[in-house]
Amino acid sequence: MLDKNGIAKRIAKELEDGYFVNLGIGIPTLVANYIPDGIAVEFQSENGVLGMGPFPYEGEEDADIINAGKQTITTMPGASFFDSATSFNMIRGQHVDLTILGAMEVAENGDIANWKIPGMMVKGMGGAMDLVASAENIIVAMMHTNRAGASKLLSKCSLPLTGVKCVKKVVTNLAVLSITEDGFKLLERAPGVSVEEIEKATEGKLIIEGNVPEMVLD
Amino acid sequence: MIRKIVNGVQEATEGVKDDMTFMLGGFGLCGIPENAIAELVRKNIKGLTCISNNAGVDDFGLGLLLQQKQIKKMVSSYVGENDEFERQMLSGELDVELIPQGTLAERCRAAQGGFPAFYTPAGYGTEVAEGKETREFNGKMYILEEAFKADFAFVKAWKGDEAGNLIFKGTARNFNPCMCGAAKITVAEVEEIVPAGTLDPDHIHIPGIFVQRIFEGKNYEKRIEQRTVRKR
Repeated sequence: MLDKNGIAKRIAKELEDGYFVNLGIGIPTLVANYIPDGIAVEFQSENGVLGMGPFPYEGEEDADIINAGKQTITTMPGASFFDSATSFNMIRGQHVDLTILGAMEVAENGDIANWKIPGMMVKGMGGAMDLVASAENIIVAMMHTNRAGASKLLSKCSLPLTGVKCVKKVVTNLAVLSITEDGFKLLERAPGVSVEEIEKATEGKLIIEGNVPEMVLD
Repeated sequence: MIRKIVNGVQEATEGVKDDMTFMLGGFGLCGIPENAIAELVRKNIKGLTCISNNAGVDDFGLGLLLQQKQIKKMVSSYVGENDEFERQMLSGELDVELIPQGTLAERCRAAQGGFPAFYTPAGYGTEVAEGKETREFNGKMYILEEAFKADFAFVKAWKGDEAGNLIFKGTARNFNPCMCGAAKITVAEVEEIVPAGTLDPDHIHIPGIFVQRIFEGKNYEKRIEQRTVRKR
């Protein structure tokens, strides 16, 4: 079974040379720590920066330079700043190659819910609805089950949707799955996790073909 | 040169009244019009509709207006990190319209540019699309979103000149340029005002035509919400 860093590490293997990538808050942010050697990627943050770098050294924080999680950041050589409308033109106009974000629920048809729990938590969708409605390549990073142990991979989302039929791939602490016409297709198992465990933790339709390989992380 | 400079925040906010609709720039606490917000708190006008990506934190930014119950309605994309906001929303005292961040930016820019509405895919198939016109273009579904209408836009820039030309810094730019010229009156506060002719026209982010009033702000706090650093 993977921890959050393991999920990030596995997703980092999906990065390709020349990709512009938008990372959501939470596990997706960790992906930046595992960029494979020999490839160049640039991170976009929807509040208005392309070419995000690591956190600043102590004492060098600048209140005017933050990411979408409101964390102080630095910029890489070649970085640029821009206004919010331009930022979402990059997203809506499909100039950003890959979007990685967290979710509360994903359905077997690619629907995603991650912005609201009615009556309990309403923080808002931020840029998530624009991202999922526009991106061609969307990977969800999340735990396979919620804190109560219930599956987050469902036949149908129960929470208000963020987007419809948009998720392409899901990487969890248990598995890598792609969304197909027929449901979740199991691509890889996390180290030490059996197909039966994944079946048990998946409420939506799971497609298992032949021997499912274990993930290779390093 | 047409002079846009006014004598401080009081003159800059002349004409603000109860029940008006305001746009306020900023992302989180980054690039917010601190001086204008402080003056709106002092004036204690009520029944406001505020269009702003976020709602500040409990004791800073728009959170200060919320504390005095000056806001009737918030139009935002993300409103975490604010307990008083959550309390007023759940109790029904505060009306909240949550909209996708890109839609928020574009509804400002549509107002700036004279577009009554535009189609966007963001929110299609979700509760955001409820009651809105939808249309298919090239096999994909879109929803029709309308330009905002606002009485005042309060924005914050880094530098400006007497003509109202603005230059922003870092990610403090965010929604500020989109809101300039998107309301009946745009009020820009800047950290430094320079004489006309000082700024290179090639480096202007927002031309002064989109700004009606400009003043040099005071005592910027520039609070950091999430101070994240690494060790040397």
